[in-house]
Amino acid sequence: MATEKIIMAGFGGQGVMSMGQLLTYAGMIENKQVSWLPSYGPEMRGGTANCSVIVSDTPVGSPIITEDATAAIVMNLPSLTKFEGNLKSGGNIIINSSLIEKKASRTDVNAYYVPANEIANEIGNNKVANMIMLGAYLELTKVVSIDTVVEALKKVFGPSKQDLVPLNKEALERGANSVR
Amino acid sequence: MDKVLMKGNEAIGAAAIKAGCKYFFGYPITPQNELPEFMSRELPKIDGVFVQAESEVAAINMIYGAAGTGARVMTSSSSPGVALKQEGISYIAGAELPCVIVNISRGGPGLGGIQPSQADYFQSTRGGGNGDYRHLVYAPASLQEAVDLTIEAFDVADYYRNPVIVIGDGMIGQMMEPVEFKEPKKRELPNKDWATTGTKGERRPNIINSLALDPAELEKHNIKLDKKYKEIEKNEVRYEMYKMDKAEVVMVAYGTTARIVKNAIDALREEGINAGLIRPITLWPFPNKAFNEIPDTAKALLSVEMSMGQMIDDVKIANEGRLPVHFYGRAGGMIPTPEAIMDKVKEIIGGGK
Repeated sequence: MATEKIIMAGFGGQGVMSMGQLLTYAGMIENKQVSWLPSYGPEMRGGTANCSVIVSDTPVGSPIITEDATAAIVMNLPSLTKFEGNLKSGGNIIINSSLIEKKASRTDVNAYYVPANEIANEIGNNKVANMIMLGAYLELTKVVSIDTVVEALKKVFGPSKQDLVPLNKEALERGANSVR
Repeated sequence: MDKVLMKGNEAIGAAAIKAGCKYFFGYPITPQNELPEFMSRELPKIDGVFVQAESEVAAINMIYGAAGTGARVMTSSSSPGVALKQEGISYIAGAELPCVIVNISRGGPGLGGIQPSQADYFQSTRGGGNGDYRHLVYAPASLQEAVDLTIEAFDVADYYRNPVIVIGDGMIGQMMEPVEFKEPKKRELPNKDWATTGTKGERRPNIINSLALDPAELEKHNIKLDKKYKEIEKNEVRYEMYKMDKAEVVMVAYGTTARIVKNAIDALREEGINAGLIRPITLWPFPNKAFNEIPDTAKALLSVEMSMGQMIDDVKIANEGRLPVHFYGRAGGMIPTPEAIMDKVKEIIGGGK
Protein backbone atom coordinates (compact mmCIF):
# COMPACT_ATOMS: atom_id res chain seq x y z
CA MET A 1 0.00 0.00 0.00
CA ALA A 2 1.32 3.42 -0.89
CA THR A 3 -1.63 5.76 -0.56
CA GLU A 4 -5.28 4.75 -0.39
CA LYS A 5 -7.80 7.46 -1.11
CA ILE A 6 -11.31 6.36 -0.30
CA ILE A 7 -14.59 8.14 -0.86
CA MET A 8 -17.43 6.84 1.30
CA ALA A 9 -20.95 7.99 0.52
CA GLY A 10 -24.57 7.26 1.28
CA PHE A 11 -27.58 8.88 2.82
CA GLY A 12 -27.64 10.27 6.33
CA GLY A 13 -28.00 7.50 8.91
CA GLN A 14 -26.21 4.77 6.97
CA GLY A 15 -23.11 5.25 9.07
CA VAL A 16 -20.93 6.65 6.32
CA MET A 17 -19.13 9.16 8.56
CA SER A 18 -18.47 6.66 11.35
CA MET A 19 -17.27 4.05 8.84
CA GLY A 20 -14.73 6.61 7.63
CA GLN A 21 -13.69 7.58 11.13
CA LEU A 22 -13.17 3.93 12.06
CA LEU A 23 -10.90 3.32 9.11
CA THR A 24 -8.99 6.52 9.94
CA TYR A 25 -8.67 5.49 13.56
CA ALA A 26 -7.48 2.00 12.59
CA GLY A 27 -4.91 3.51 10.23
CA MET A 28 -3.60 5.66 13.06
CA ILE A 29 -3.34 2.62 15.35
CA GLU A 30 -1.27 0.88 12.66
CA ASN A 31 1.04 3.94 12.57
CA LYS A 32 -0.03 5.04 9.13
CA GLN A 33 -0.59 8.64 8.06
CA VAL A 34 -4.29 9.42 7.96
CA SER A 35 -6.85 12.13 7.33
CA TRP A 36 -10.66 12.23 7.41
CA LEU A 37 -12.55 15.01 5.69
CA PRO A 38 -16.35 15.20 5.89
CA SER A 39 -18.71 16.97 3.59
CA TYR A 40 -20.40 19.58 5.69
CA GLY A 41 -23.21 21.87 4.87
CA PRO A 42 -26.91 22.40 5.13
CA GLU A 43 -28.21 18.88 4.52
CA MET A 44 -31.79 17.76 4.81
CA ARG A 45 -32.73 14.69 6.78
CA GLY A 46 -32.21 11.67 4.61
CA GLY A 47 -29.93 13.73 2.36
CA THR A 48 -26.52 12.62 1.22
CA ALA A 49 -23.43 12.35 3.37
CA ASN A 50 -19.90 11.62 2.32
CA CYS A 51 -16.38 11.67 3.61
CA SER A 52 -12.90 11.32 2.18
CA VAL A 53 -10.38 9.14 3.97
CA ILE A 54 -6.69 8.94 3.16
CA VAL A 55 -4.49 6.21 4.60
CA SER A 56 -0.88 6.36 3.53
CA ASP A 57 2.65 5.22 4.31
CA THR A 58 3.85 8.76 3.64
CA PRO A 59 2.55 12.09 5.03
CA VAL A 60 -0.87 13.05 3.70
CA GLY A 61 -0.80 16.05 1.37
CA SER A 62 -4.19 17.47 0.55
CA PRO A 63 -7.02 15.74 2.43
CA ILE A 64 -9.24 16.31 -0.60
CA ILE A 65 -9.86 13.55 -3.11
CA THR A 66 -10.46 14.81 -6.62
CA GLU A 67 -10.30 12.40 -9.55
CA ASP A 68 -7.67 10.25 -7.91
CA ALA A 69 -9.74 8.07 -5.58
CA THR A 70 -8.34 4.55 -5.29
CA ALA A 71 -11.67 3.35 -3.93
CA ALA A 72 -15.27 4.37 -3.50
CA ILE A 73 -17.76 2.77 -1.14
CA VAL A 74 -21.25 3.75 -2.24
CA MET A 75 -24.27 2.96 -0.10
CA ASN A 76 -27.03 4.43 -2.27
CA LEU A 77 -27.77 5.31 -5.89
CA PRO A 78 -27.09 9.08 -5.78
CA SER A 79 -23.65 8.29 -4.38
CA LEU A 80 -22.85 5.93 -7.24
CA THR A 81 -23.87 8.57 -9.77
CA LYS A 82 -21.96 11.31 -7.98
CA PHE A 83 -18.68 9.61 -7.18
CA GLU A 84 -18.04 6.97 -9.83
CA GLY A 85 -16.24 9.63 -11.84
CA ASN A 86 -13.81 10.37 -9.01
CA LEU A 87 -12.17 6.94 -9.28
CA LYS A 88 -8.88 6.64 -11.00
CA SER A 89 -8.48 3.95 -13.58
CA GLY A 90 -8.03 0.56 -11.91
CA GLY A 91 -9.71 1.73 -8.70
CA ASN A 92 -12.20 -0.30 -6.67
CA ILE A 93 -15.84 0.58 -6.36
CA ILE A 94 -17.91 -1.28 -3.81
CA ILE A 95 -21.60 -0.95 -4.46
CA ASN A 96 -24.37 -1.69 -1.97
CA SER A 97 -26.44 -3.92 -4.26
CA SER A 98 -29.23 -4.16 -1.67
CA LEU A 99 -30.22 -0.59 -2.50
CA ILE A 100 -28.58 0.01 -5.89
CA GLU A 101 -29.88 -1.92 -8.85
CA LYS A 102 -27.71 -0.10 -11.34
CA LYS A 103 -24.29 -1.43 -12.34
CA ALA A 104 -21.14 0.63 -12.49
CA SER A 105 -20.98 2.37 -15.87
CA ARG A 106 -17.18 2.53 -16.05
CA THR A 107 -15.28 -0.44 -17.41
CA ASP A 108 -11.81 0.67 -16.30
CA VAL A 109 -12.55 0.16 -12.60
CA ASN A 110 -13.15 -2.97 -10.52
CA ALA A 111 -16.76 -3.10 -9.37
CA TYR A 112 -17.89 -5.29 -6.50
CA TYR A 113 -21.52 -5.78 -5.61
CA VAL A 114 -22.21 -6.39 -1.93
CA PRO A 115 -25.80 -6.89 -0.70
CA ALA A 116 -24.90 -5.10 2.52
CA ASN A 117 -28.39 -4.60 3.94
CA GLU A 118 -29.39 -8.21 3.25
CA ILE A 119 -26.27 -9.55 4.96
CA ALA A 120 -26.79 -7.14 7.84
CA ASN A 121 -30.36 -8.36 8.27
CA GLU A 122 -29.15 -11.96 8.20
CA ILE A 123 -26.91 -11.32 11.18
CA GLY A 124 -29.69 -9.50 12.92
CA ASN A 125 -29.10 -5.75 12.65
CA ASN A 126 -29.69 -3.57 9.62
CA LYS A 127 -27.50 -0.83 11.11
CA VAL A 128 -24.25 -2.70 10.48
CA ALA A 129 -24.55 -2.50 6.68
CA ASN A 130 -21.72 0.02 6.79
CA MET A 131 -19.44 -2.50 8.54
CA ILE A 132 -20.28 -5.08 5.86
CA MET A 133 -19.12 -2.60 3.21
CA LEU A 134 -15.99 -1.72 5.17
CA GLY A 135 -15.19 -5.42 5.63
CA ALA A 136 -15.45 -5.95 1.87
CA TYR A 137 -13.16 -2.99 1.23
CA LEU A 138 -10.56 -4.22 3.72
CA GLU A 139 -10.57 -7.70 2.18
CA LEU A 140 -9.87 -6.20 -1.24
CA THR A 141 -7.16 -3.77 -0.21
CA LYS A 142 -5.76 -4.95 3.15
CA VAL A 143 -5.18 -1.31 4.10
CA VAL A 144 -5.56 -2.22 7.76
CA SER A 145 -6.47 -5.51 9.39
CA ILE A 146 -10.00 -6.26 10.57
CA ASP A 147 -8.53 -6.86 14.03
CA THR A 148 -7.31 -3.27 14.15
CA VAL A 149 -10.73 -1.96 13.15
CA VAL A 150 -12.22 -4.03 15.97
CA GLU A 151 -9.65 -2.50 18.33
CA ALA A 152 -10.66 0.96 17.12
CA LEU A 153 -14.33 0.05 17.59
CA LYS A 154 -13.70 -0.90 21.21
CA LYS A 155 -12.18 2.52 21.83
CA VAL A 156 -14.90 4.42 19.96
CA PHE A 157 -17.75 2.54 21.66
CA GLY A 158 -16.34 3.03 25.17
CA PRO A 159 -17.01 0.73 28.13
CA SER A 160 -20.81 0.99 28.01
CA LYS A 161 -21.22 -0.38 24.50
CA GLN A 162 -18.71 -3.24 24.42
CA ASP A 163 -21.60 -5.65 23.82
CA LEU A 164 -21.91 -4.25 20.29
CA VAL A 165 -18.37 -5.25 19.34
CA PRO A 166 -19.06 -8.93 18.43
CA LEU A 167 -21.91 -7.96 16.07
CA ASN A 168 -19.73 -5.40 14.30
CA LYS A 169 -16.86 -7.85 14.08
CA GLU A 170 -19.14 -10.43 12.50
CA ALA A 171 -20.35 -7.78 10.05
CA LEU A 172 -16.78 -6.92 9.03
CA GLU A 173 -16.02 -10.61 8.49
CA ARG A 174 -19.20 -11.29 6.53
CA GLY A 175 -18.37 -8.31 4.36
CA ALA A 176 -14.89 -9.65 3.77
CA ASN A 177 -16.31 -13.08 2.86
CA SER A 178 -18.68 -11.55 0.35
CA VAL A 179 -15.86 -10.50 -1.98
CA ARG A 180 -13.46 -13.38 -1.30
CA MET B 1 2.14 11.46 24.76
CA ASP B 2 0.06 9.31 22.43
CA LYS B 3 -1.51 10.56 19.28
CA VAL B 4 -5.26 11.05 19.33
CA LEU B 5 -7.64 11.38 16.41
CA MET B 6 -9.54 14.65 16.68
CA LYS B 7 -11.63 17.04 14.65
CA GLY B 8 -9.79 20.30 13.99
CA ASN B 9 -12.19 22.51 15.94
CA GLU B 10 -11.95 20.26 18.97
CA ALA B 11 -8.18 19.93 18.69
CA ILE B 12 -7.82 23.74 18.76
CA GLY B 13 -10.02 23.86 21.87
CA ALA B 14 -7.99 21.13 23.57
CA ALA B 15 -4.79 22.96 22.65
CA ALA B 16 -6.10 26.16 24.23
CA ILE B 17 -6.92 24.33 27.46
CA LYS B 18 -3.49 22.71 27.39
CA ALA B 19 -2.03 26.23 27.12
CA GLY B 20 -3.88 27.28 30.27
CA CYS B 21 -6.89 28.98 28.72
CA LYS B 22 -9.71 28.83 31.25
CA TYR B 23 -12.13 31.40 29.89
CA PHE B 24 -13.95 31.29 26.57
CA PHE B 25 -16.51 33.71 25.21
CA GLY B 26 -18.15 33.10 21.88
CA TYR B 27 -21.20 33.04 19.70
CA PRO B 28 -22.16 30.17 17.37
CA ILE B 29 -21.40 30.17 13.65
CA THR B 30 -20.59 27.44 11.14
CA PRO B 31 -17.98 26.01 10.49
CA GLN B 32 -16.44 26.49 13.92
CA ASN B 33 -19.26 25.35 16.19
CA GLU B 34 -17.48 22.28 17.53
CA LEU B 35 -14.90 24.58 19.13
CA PRO B 36 -17.26 26.44 21.51
CA GLU B 37 -19.19 23.20 21.98
CA PHE B 38 -15.98 21.52 23.13
CA MET B 39 -15.13 24.42 25.43
CA SER B 40 -18.62 24.43 26.94
CA ARG B 41 -18.13 20.79 27.85
CA GLU B 42 -14.51 20.89 28.97
CA LEU B 43 -14.00 24.26 30.71
CA PRO B 44 -16.39 23.63 33.63
CA LYS B 45 -14.37 20.47 34.40
CA ILE B 46 -11.29 22.57 35.17
CA ASP B 47 -13.10 25.36 37.03
CA GLY B 48 -13.05 27.49 33.92
CA VAL B 49 -15.86 29.52 32.45
CA PHE B 50 -17.65 29.21 29.12
CA VAL B 51 -20.04 31.97 28.16
CA GLN B 52 -22.20 31.95 25.08
CA ALA B 53 -22.55 35.68 24.59
CA GLU B 54 -25.54 37.39 23.03
CA SER B 55 -23.45 38.40 20.01
CA GLU B 56 -19.91 38.42 18.62
CA VAL B 57 -19.56 42.05 19.72
CA ALA B 58 -20.45 41.10 23.28
CA ALA B 59 -18.06 38.13 23.18
CA ILE B 60 -15.03 40.14 22.10
CA ASN B 61 -15.76 42.76 24.76
CA MET B 62 -15.98 39.99 27.36
CA ILE B 63 -12.55 38.94 26.10
CA TYR B 64 -11.40 42.54 26.53
CA GLY B 65 -12.55 42.54 30.13
CA ALA B 66 -11.28 39.08 31.04
CA ALA B 67 -7.92 39.66 29.36
CA GLY B 68 -7.57 42.79 31.50
CA THR B 69 -7.41 40.58 34.58
CA GLY B 70 -4.40 38.78 33.12
CA ALA B 71 -6.24 35.50 32.52
CA ARG B 72 -5.66 33.42 29.40
CA VAL B 73 -8.74 33.94 27.27
CA MET B 74 -9.96 32.91 23.85
CA THR B 75 -12.83 33.53 21.47
CA SER B 76 -13.55 31.91 18.14
CA SER B 77 -15.79 32.64 15.21
CA SER B 78 -15.98 32.50 11.45
CA SER B 79 -15.52 35.25 8.89
CA PRO B 80 -18.62 37.47 9.28
CA GLY B 81 -18.48 36.90 13.04
CA VAL B 82 -14.83 37.93 13.14
CA ALA B 83 -15.80 41.03 11.16
CA LEU B 84 -18.10 41.96 14.04
CA LYS B 85 -15.22 41.54 16.49
CA GLN B 86 -12.92 43.98 14.74
CA GLU B 87 -13.76 46.98 16.90
CA GLY B 88 -12.99 44.97 20.03
CA ILE B 89 -9.74 43.68 18.57
CA SER B 90 -8.62 47.25 17.90
CA TYR B 91 -9.45 48.23 21.51
CA ILE B 92 -7.59 45.17 22.86
CA ALA B 93 -4.55 45.98 20.72
CA GLY B 94 -4.74 49.60 21.87
CA ALA B 95 -5.01 48.62 25.52
CA GLU B 96 -2.20 46.07 24.97
CA LEU B 97 -3.97 42.98 26.25
CA PRO B 98 -3.13 39.40 25.37
CA CYS B 99 -5.79 37.10 23.90
CA VAL B 100 -6.22 34.49 21.20
CA ILE B 101 -8.87 34.80 18.49
CA VAL B 102 -9.62 31.85 16.23
CA ASN B 103 -11.14 32.38 12.80
CA ILE B 104 -12.34 29.23 11.03
CA SER B 105 -13.09 31.10 7.89
CA ARG B 106 -15.76 30.73 5.21
CA GLY B 107 -16.66 32.35 1.93
CA GLY B 108 -17.74 36.00 1.79
CA PRO B 109 -18.39 38.89 1.50
CA GLY B 110 -21.34 39.46 3.81
CA LEU B 111 -22.86 36.31 5.21
CA GLY B 112 -21.32 34.46 2.29
CA GLY B 113 -21.32 30.67 2.50
CA ILE B 114 -20.04 28.06 4.91
CA GLN B 115 -17.49 26.22 2.79
CA PRO B 116 -13.69 26.68 3.13
CA SER B 117 -12.27 30.00 1.98
CA GLN B 118 -9.25 32.24 2.51
CA ALA B 119 -10.98 35.50 1.74
CA ASP B 120 -10.18 36.93 5.18
CA TYR B 121 -6.53 37.58 4.38
CA PHE B 122 -7.02 41.33 4.25
CA GLN B 123 -9.23 41.27 7.34
CA SER B 124 -6.56 39.33 9.27
CA THR B 125 -3.42 41.07 8.09
CA ARG B 126 -4.62 44.64 7.47
CA GLY B 127 -6.91 44.77 10.45
CA GLY B 128 -10.62 45.41 10.14
CA GLY B 129 -10.47 47.72 13.13
CA ASN B 130 -9.37 51.33 13.29
CA GLY B 131 -6.03 52.81 14.16
CA ASP B 132 -2.37 51.93 13.86
CA TYR B 133 -2.33 48.38 15.15
CA ARG B 134 -1.05 44.96 14.16
CA HIS B 135 -1.44 41.44 15.40
CA LEU B 136 0.26 38.18 14.69
CA VAL B 137 -1.65 35.81 12.39
CA TYR B 138 -0.90 32.09 12.45
CA ALA B 139 -2.16 30.02 9.51
CA PRO B 140 -1.78 26.30 10.24
CA ALA B 141 -1.91 23.79 7.37
CA SER B 142 -2.47 20.65 9.42
CA LEU B 143 -4.20 19.81 12.66
CA GLN B 144 -0.89 19.13 14.39
CA GLU B 145 0.29 22.56 13.37
CA ALA B 146 -3.04 24.06 14.51
CA VAL B 147 -2.50 22.51 17.94
CA ASP B 148 1.14 23.60 18.19
CA LEU B 149 0.44 27.16 17.03
CA THR B 150 -2.62 27.58 19.27
CA ILE B 151 -0.55 26.59 22.30
CA GLU B 152 2.22 28.92 21.24
CA ALA B 153 -0.24 31.74 20.46
CA PHE B 154 -1.03 32.12 24.17
CA ASP B 155 2.64 32.53 25.04
CA VAL B 156 3.22 34.97 22.20
CA ALA B 157 0.13 36.98 23.19
CA ASP B 158 1.36 37.20 26.77
CA TYR B 159 4.92 38.01 25.74
CA TYR B 160 3.95 40.95 23.55
CA ARG B 161 0.70 41.86 25.35
CA ASN B 162 -1.08 41.69 22.02
CA PRO B 163 -3.97 39.79 20.43
CA VAL B 164 -2.98 36.83 18.25
CA ILE B 165 -5.16 35.39 15.48
CA VAL B 166 -5.17 31.74 14.50
CA ILE B 167 -6.82 31.38 11.11
CA GLY B 168 -7.86 28.15 9.46
CA ASP B 169 -10.54 27.50 6.90
CA GLY B 170 -13.54 25.23 7.29
CA MET B 171 -11.43 22.28 6.18
CA ILE B 172 -9.08 22.71 9.16
CA GLY B 173 -12.10 23.00 11.43
CA GLN B 174 -13.98 19.99 10.10
CA MET B 175 -11.35 17.42 9.21
CA MET B 176 -9.87 14.79 11.52
CA GLU B 177 -6.18 14.03 11.81
CA PRO B 178 -4.03 12.50 14.54
CA VAL B 179 -2.61 15.09 16.90
CA GLU B 180 -0.19 15.05 19.77
CA PHE B 181 -0.20 17.60 22.59
CA LYS B 182 3.46 18.37 23.12
CA GLU B 183 4.95 20.69 25.72
CA PRO B 184 5.75 23.97 23.95
CA LYS B 185 9.21 25.40 24.13
CA LYS B 186 9.33 27.70 27.12
CA ARG B 187 9.41 31.45 26.70
CA GLU B 188 10.47 33.76 29.50
CA LEU B 189 7.22 35.60 30.11
CA PRO B 190 7.07 38.94 31.90
CA ASN B 191 4.95 39.30 35.04
CA LYS B 192 1.46 40.60 34.43
CA ASP B 193 1.93 43.56 36.77
CA TRP B 194 -0.45 45.57 34.58
CA ALA B 195 -3.47 43.33 35.24
CA THR B 196 -6.52 44.60 37.11
CA THR B 197 -6.44 42.10 39.94
CA GLY B 198 -7.35 44.39 42.84
CA THR B 199 -4.95 46.74 44.62
CA LYS B 200 -5.60 45.38 48.11
CA GLY B 201 -4.74 48.93 49.14
CA GLU B 202 -1.10 48.24 48.43
CA ARG B 203 -0.52 49.74 45.01
CA ARG B 204 -1.96 52.31 42.66
CA PRO B 205 -4.83 51.03 40.51
CA ASN B 206 -4.02 49.52 37.13
CA ILE B 207 -6.10 51.03 34.37
CA ILE B 208 -7.05 49.28 31.13
CA ASN B 209 -7.83 51.88 28.53
CA SER B 210 -7.49 52.72 24.86
CA LEU B 211 -8.57 56.36 25.04
CA ALA B 212 -5.89 59.06 24.89
CA LEU B 213 -7.16 62.55 24.14
CA ASP B 214 -3.79 64.25 24.30
CA PRO B 215 -2.26 63.85 20.83
CA ALA B 216 1.29 64.00 22.15
CA GLU B 217 0.49 61.19 24.61
CA LEU B 218 -1.24 59.15 21.91
CA GLU B 219 1.66 59.58 19.51
CA LYS B 220 3.99 58.33 22.23
CA HIS B 221 1.72 55.31 22.61
CA ASN B 222 1.69 54.77 18.82
CA ILE B 223 5.48 54.85 18.74
CA LYS B 224 5.66 52.37 21.59
CA LEU B 225 3.23 50.04 19.82
CA ASP B 226 5.14 50.37 16.58
CA LYS B 227 8.36 49.39 18.32
CA LYS B 228 6.61 46.27 19.59
CA TYR B 229 5.30 45.41 16.12
CA LYS B 230 8.80 45.79 14.66
CA GLU B 231 10.02 43.43 17.37
CA ILE B 232 7.36 40.91 16.35
CA GLU B 233 8.37 41.30 12.69
CA LYS B 234 11.96 40.60 13.65
CA ASN B 235 11.35 37.61 15.92
CA GLU B 236 8.17 35.81 15.02
CA VAL B 237 8.19 35.24 11.24
CA ARG B 238 7.51 31.61 10.35
CA TYR B 239 7.49 29.91 7.00
CA GLU B 240 8.25 26.65 5.25
CA MET B 241 10.13 26.19 1.99
CA TYR B 242 9.12 23.08 0.03
CA LYS B 243 11.12 21.54 -2.84
CA MET B 244 12.81 24.77 -3.90
CA ASP B 245 15.69 22.91 -5.55
CA LYS B 246 15.99 24.15 -9.18
CA ALA B 247 12.43 25.46 -9.00
CA GLU B 248 11.32 27.31 -12.15
CA VAL B 249 8.02 28.41 -10.70
CA VAL B 250 7.80 29.24 -7.01
CA MET B 251 4.31 29.09 -5.63
CA VAL B 252 3.18 30.92 -2.52
CA ALA B 253 0.29 29.40 -0.58
CA TYR B 254 -0.77 29.02 3.03
CA GLY B 255 -3.06 26.84 5.11
CA THR B 256 -4.89 23.97 3.44
CA THR B 257 -4.23 25.46 -0.01
CA ALA B 258 -0.52 24.86 0.60
CA ARG B 259 -1.23 21.15 0.99
CA ILE B 260 -2.99 21.05 -2.37
CA VAL B 261 -0.07 22.96 -3.90
CA LYS B 262 2.36 20.40 -2.47
CA ASN B 263 0.43 17.63 -4.23
CA ALA B 264 0.66 19.64 -7.45
CA ILE B 265 4.41 20.18 -6.97
CA ASP B 266 5.02 16.46 -6.41
CA ALA B 267 3.07 15.59 -9.55
CA LEU B 268 4.80 18.31 -11.60
CA ARG B 269 8.22 17.08 -10.53
CA GLU B 270 7.26 13.57 -11.62
CA GLU B 271 6.64 15.08 -15.04
CA GLY B 272 10.04 16.75 -14.94
CA ILE B 273 8.77 20.25 -14.16
CA ASN B 274 10.52 21.82 -11.18
CA ALA B 275 8.24 23.84 -8.96
CA GLY B 276 8.56 24.84 -5.33
CA LEU B 277 6.56 26.44 -2.53
CA ILE B 278 6.96 29.19 0.00
CA ARG B 279 4.38 28.55 2.72
CA PRO B 280 3.83 31.48 5.07
CA ILE B 281 2.97 30.12 8.51
CA THR B 282 2.64 33.65 9.85
CA LEU B 283 0.57 35.81 7.49
CA TRP B 284 1.58 38.81 9.54
CA PRO B 285 4.45 39.24 9.86
CA PHE B 286 4.76 38.08 6.25
CA PRO B 287 7.90 36.05 5.50
CA ASN B 288 9.56 38.59 3.23
CA LYS B 289 12.97 37.09 3.85
CA ALA B 290 11.90 33.75 2.33
CA PHE B 291 11.88 35.51 -1.04
CA ASN B 292 15.62 36.13 -0.73
CA GLU B 293 16.16 32.36 -0.67
CA ILE B 294 14.50 31.74 -4.03
CA PRO B 295 16.93 29.93 -6.35
CA ASP B 296 18.26 31.58 -9.55
CA THR B 297 16.37 29.02 -11.65
CA ALA B 298 13.07 30.70 -10.73
CA LYS B 299 11.30 32.42 -13.63
CA ALA B 300 8.05 33.36 -11.94
CA LEU B 301 6.05 33.45 -8.75
CA LEU B 302 2.52 32.09 -8.46
CA SER B 303 0.26 33.04 -5.58
CA VAL B 304 -2.36 30.33 -5.02
CA GLU B 305 -5.26 31.21 -2.79
CA MET B 306 -8.84 30.39 -1.97
CA SER B 307 -9.82 33.97 -2.72
CA MET B 308 -9.80 36.30 -5.70
CA GLY B 309 -6.23 37.31 -4.82
CA GLN B 310 -5.46 38.99 -1.51
CA MET B 311 -2.06 37.62 -0.46
CA ILE B 312 -0.78 38.52 -3.92
CA ASP B 313 -0.17 42.09 -2.66
CA ASP B 314 2.21 40.83 0.03
CA VAL B 315 3.87 38.51 -2.48
CA LYS B 316 4.52 41.50 -4.74
CA ILE B 317 5.90 43.53 -1.83
CA ALA B 318 8.23 40.70 -0.80
CA ASN B 319 9.25 40.07 -4.41
CA GLU B 320 10.40 43.69 -4.82
CA GLY B 321 9.83 43.53 -8.56
CA ARG B 322 12.33 40.75 -9.15
CA LEU B 323 10.08 38.16 -10.81
CA PRO B 324 6.73 38.28 -12.61
CA VAL B 325 3.91 37.45 -10.18
CA HIS B 326 0.98 35.32 -11.32
CA PHE B 327 -2.20 34.33 -9.54
CA TYR B 328 -4.46 31.31 -9.39
CA GLY B 329 -7.42 31.16 -7.07
CA ARG B 330 -10.82 29.70 -6.42
CA ALA B 331 -13.38 31.51 -4.33
CA GLY B 332 -16.71 31.22 -2.60
CA GLY B 333 -15.97 27.85 -1.03
CA MET B 334 -14.68 26.20 -4.20
CA ILE B 335 -11.37 24.42 -3.68
CA PRO B 336 -8.53 24.44 -6.20
CA THR B 337 -7.54 21.06 -7.60
CA PRO B 338 -3.90 20.00 -7.98
CA GLU B 339 -4.60 19.48 -11.71
CA ALA B 340 -5.74 23.08 -12.23
CA ILE B 341 -2.69 24.38 -10.36
CA MET B 342 -0.45 22.18 -12.52
CA ASP B 343 -2.08 23.56 -15.67
CA LYS B 344 -1.45 27.11 -14.47
CA VAL B 345 2.23 26.33 -13.82
CA LYS B 346 2.55 24.79 -17.30
CA GLU B 347 0.88 27.84 -18.82
CA ILE B 348 3.39 30.11 -17.06
CA ILE B 349 6.37 28.04 -18.16
CA GLY B 350 5.04 27.68 -21.68
CA GLY B 351 4.87 31.46 -21.97
CA GLY B 352 2.29 32.98 -24.28
CA LYS B 353 0.38 29.81 -25.12
